[in-house]
Amino acid sequence: MELTFTHHQSAHCENGVASNLLKNSGLNISEPMVFGIGSGLFFVYLPFIKVNYAPAISYRTLPGQIFNKVATRLNLKIKRQKFSSPANANKALDENLKNNIPTGLQVGVYNLSYFPDEYRFHFNAHNLVVYGKTDKDYLISDPVMETVTTLTHEELDKVRFAKGAFAPRGQMYYPIQIPNEVDLKSAIIKGIKNTCRDMLAPMPIVGVRGIKFVSKQIRKWPVKHGTKKANHYLAQMVRMQEEIGTGGGGFRFIYAAFLQEASVILNNEELKTLSKEMTQIGDSWRDFAVEASRIYKNRSAKEDAYNTIADELLDIANREEIFFKKLKKAIS
Amino acid sequence: MEKDKVPQDQSNLTKNNVKELLYATDENGNYTTTLSTVWEPKTIALSNSIDEINERIADARQQVLDGEASPIVYFMEINKMDLTILASYVGFWKWRVKRHFKPSVFASLNNKILQKYADTFEISIEELKNSITK
Repeated sequence: MELTFTHHQSAHCENGVASNLLKNSGLNISEPMVFGIGSGLFFVYLPFIKVNYAPAISYRTLPGQIFNKVATRLNLKIKRQKFSSPANANKALDENLKNNIPTGLQVGVYNLSYFPDEYRFHFNAHNLVVYGKTDKDYLISDPVMETVTTLTHEELDKVRFAKGAFAPRGQMYYPIQIPNEVDLKSAIIKGIKNTCRDMLAPMPIVGVRGIKFVSKQIRKWPVKHGTKKANHYLAQMVRMQEEIGTGGGGFRFIYAAFLQEASVILNNEELKTLSKEMTQIGDSWRDFAVEASRIYKNRSAKEDAYNTIADELLDIANREEIFFKKLKKAIS
Repeated sequence: MEKDKVPQDQSNLTKNNVKELLYATDENGNYTTTLSTVWEPKTIALSNSIDEINERIADARQQVLDGEASPIVYFMEINKMDLTILASYVGFWKWRVKRHFKPSVFASLNNKILQKYADTFEISIEELKNSITK
């Protein structure tokens, strides 16, 4: 059984699944648009939570939030279901396929057999679409892959019931109602306002202030934890920023693409200028990654090198602070 | 990032040729999408953390051989897990899993408990008990 479903590759899994599912239901909306309206851009530093033995840093909001916000802002209805047993989860999925509904799933990455080994780690907030089933396999459209792929029935069970943080518990979701006319303009404005509020939040570990906080911490890392651990922390930070899924520069390029698209829809020239500025900030994040990689490549970093990249990060934070203040003004 | 500056580095890590999609600007400054192979700073970060994992596996192995840790620790590292993840897979409290890290406690575990670990690591109880020391 195979449903008609067009696979488009995307930079990030959740936006990609959302965009692909909506396109499939007749609402033509691009990946950056989903990311922008869903206020996906974020920054949070959680030193008390360790991921791969390093402090957790996220450049995006919590899994599921982007699509949920898009749904509220565009008046779509999305059905989400979680399951306690794999048997029920499979039954519901098969039922959906029978009813001609391509279905989004939250899955764990570790058992995705089509990923190269070095990308397979215990991360549970990946998303993909199932659009068909054969005797042996499920037909999979994973938005970060170039083409469609498959997973065996057992493999799909495993990834749907992966354990650990953000355990998917078989979660599946699909749009059940899409209005004929959507009000993109007001949705875009709501999305941008939300992002500005997040990034300028008066909390020390969130948004621009979070970036500044990390910059301060980086200076202390080599003394406090020793070079080896400090290098490991830094490498993990770069991975979170650049790993498959961010579109590079910690989502900044996707966001710039969104602002450019938004400037046309809202007929707002200012947003176009800001899109260019965001691109430059994204480039600076890439430069930061290059500098950081020099440190952990040599493994014998001097303390001074850490200060240099901390300065670089502080500069990015200051520029983003000015940027989001301007962005807030541009749409009010 | 401009389209012609999108990195297309070579890496000995990625044999499978996964290309990822990036957003980059064309000659007029407008956004478009393009595919990128790998980027060196990322490859280094990745190989760094692979080295890290291999080191942890070697350490765990040595600890098991020296009788300081149970084989569970070794298989946990092999499967890239940490205590929290392992505990949620086997369905025990973390402190219980931690207790099972002790060789003396491990030796007294019954088959029902061992089976849970074996299932999680996708090996047999026999392999869980003996594959390292052999």
